[in-house]
Amino acid sequence: MTAKAREPFVFNSRLHLNELTGVKATTLPELVQCLRTVNSASIYRHTHHFIEQHQYLAPEPTNDFAYWVSESLGDDSLGEQLAGIDVLAQPTISSIRKVLIGTIDRALRTRPRLKALTAPEGEEFVFLKSVSFVFPTPYRAADLVEFAECLRKVSLSSIYFHMFEAKLRLERPTNDFSYWLMDSLGERQLALRIAQLDPYSQSGETIRSSLLKILETRIKEAKEK
Amino acid sequence: MSKLDEYEPIVGKAVIEELRLLAGHLSGKTIQHVNSTSVGGGVAEILNRMVPLLKELGMETRWDVIKGGEQFFHITKKIHNALHGSNEEITSDTWDIFWSTNEKNSLELPCISDIVLIHDPQPIGLIVQKGSRQNKWAWRCHVDISYAQTPVWEILRSYINRYDASVFSAPSFSKSLAIRQFMISPSIDPLSDKNKDLPQSSVEGVLKEYKIKNDKPIITQISRFDRLKDPLGVIEAYRQVKRYIDCQLILAGGTASDDPESAEVLSEVKQRAADDPDIHVLLMPHNEIHVNALQRASAVIVQKSLREGFGLTVTEALWKGKPVVASAVGGVPLQIKNKYTGLLCHSVEGAAFAIKQILQSPDYAQRLGENGREHIRQNFLLTRHLKEYLLLFLSLYYPDEVVRL
Repeated sequence: MTAKAREPFVFNSRLHLNELTGVKATTLPELVQCLRTVNSASIYRHTHHFIEQHQYLAPEPTNDFAYWVSESLGDDSLGEQLAGIDVLAQPTISSIRKVLIGTIDRALRTRPRLKALTAPEGEEFVFLKSVSFVFPTPYRAADLVEFAECLRKVSLSSIYFHMFEAKLRLERPTNDFSYWLMDSLGERQLALRIAQLDPYSQSGETIRSSLLKILETRIKEAKEK
Repeated sequence: MSKLDEYEPIVGKAVIEELRLLAGHLSGKTIQHVNSTSVGGGVAEILNRMVPLLKELGMETRWDVIKGGEQFFHITKKIHNALHGSNEEITSDTWDIFWSTNEKNSLELPCISDIVLIHDPQPIGLIVQKGSRQNKWAWRCHVDISYAQTPVWEILRSYINRYDASVFSAPSFSKSLAIRQFMISPSIDPLSDKNKDLPQSSVEGVLKEYKIKNDKPIITQISRFDRLKDPLGVIEAYRQVKRYIDCQLILAGGTASDDPESAEVLSEVKQRAADDPDIHVLLMPHNEIHVNALQRASAVIVQKSLREGFGLTVTEALWKGKPVVASAVGGVPLQIKNKYTGLLCHSVEGAAFAIKQILQSPDYAQRLGENGREHIRQNFLLTRHLKEYLLLFLSLYYPDEVVRL
């Protein structure tokens, strides 16, 4: 029998609606200019939607900016640098924004010919933003066994919400799962292991499997004690 | 079994559960769709499938169609063409007829539901009713207006800005507006005759009906015979491929009765195909099962359009797990992420090169096809469309970027 939590974990889900911002870029200098001014919902959208929309791809392209620079501007080198940005290490959306701008600015300074690259007509970078609707699901867990059971059933949107969005858009200190495991169950090691998972380099179902594997190991240990 | 439950094996239980949860937050709201035709065309096709599902989710939903005579629809066709970028002269007298027909409809068709969704320009003038009511109005544009003629667009824009929100199918289709603009892509219904699974025997039966032997790889483009679909470019690309790989080409589609050019284009295509027995030019009656079978029989599906709306033929092909080569126009880049879910091209040579790559690399072709099908499953099926309509309805009541329900 595993310990009961002080507070149950309520699984929320969130669904996105794309809003058009009217902001477009055809060159890298324009892209940087837009990156400085677009709102954070737009930065979130373009650094996370590719993962969610292409959750079956492994390895996945990591963000829309990397894909656009490689595919529409044809610069694989900068595309690779942008793809390699460690989004997980960024605590807030504004720090993601800063890293993106810094990476492109550096490339423009060291390789000025990049300034002349232009996207073909129809392949401009169009800034969108994600409007998020967060709502509770019927799934709630009071201990590790129930938590694992719910994780098997909830949607990937729910997993993404608790793993990415809670931390970045709602600016919580860590992902929701780790926070609850530590705060309500005192499962410090387990919380840390989950916080160390890199959800940006796995497909959606792989994240679910990784979470379940870590949980099942801990449940087995707890039962054996 | 409810209609919605039939989608569960395809999209998963959690997706259906979330639709029901979301709909619960719209409980008691009434919805009204208004467009200009109940049969034919993509809008009617989607509404025919969408309205019953909205009802099943507990929303009282009605679908009304405006009335207009031959003269009115002649004008709306001109407006449609102008929005697509054609030079159309629309005089002030013509506009008078357009607006007076809208006014007449407005008197006969009270838009009193909580949420009114007006589809395309034909009924756009119904917005005049909004002033006296407290309900929410959204204008749903199904047309690619990225090349719209300015004078026509400016007249429509003054009406669109009176709505609470607008909806476009792809980012590039939008324009500067004073109201919120959302992006909701169209979708295909995986349970329709055009998209449902078919046994191999049916596929072979259809090939036999068209006297096509399945003895060499088939390259297919399904499109009406229209210059913007570039059928002659497809023949040229096929000929470049044929020099290295023995293959055959199917160009299949109908001619539109409202498009006088289509017969001319068909004749040019037949002439260009000349006496090559491996080019099959099929003028098909409307037959969804036949389209389905021809797509499933193909080794590669092409959509080499010069201009495209959303490109639902691409969606259909990807859903069938087929490798697709398509021009990077309209809504196609939303569906094909180059080298992940298909191959994009910008020219005849590019199309030929991509087709060769696919025909010569079966493993690569299979991977593109599998990724493509998954991409459609998760992003371009009717259930996603339904979800986004529900979110649109909610967004009319919540202006925030993060909404807690």
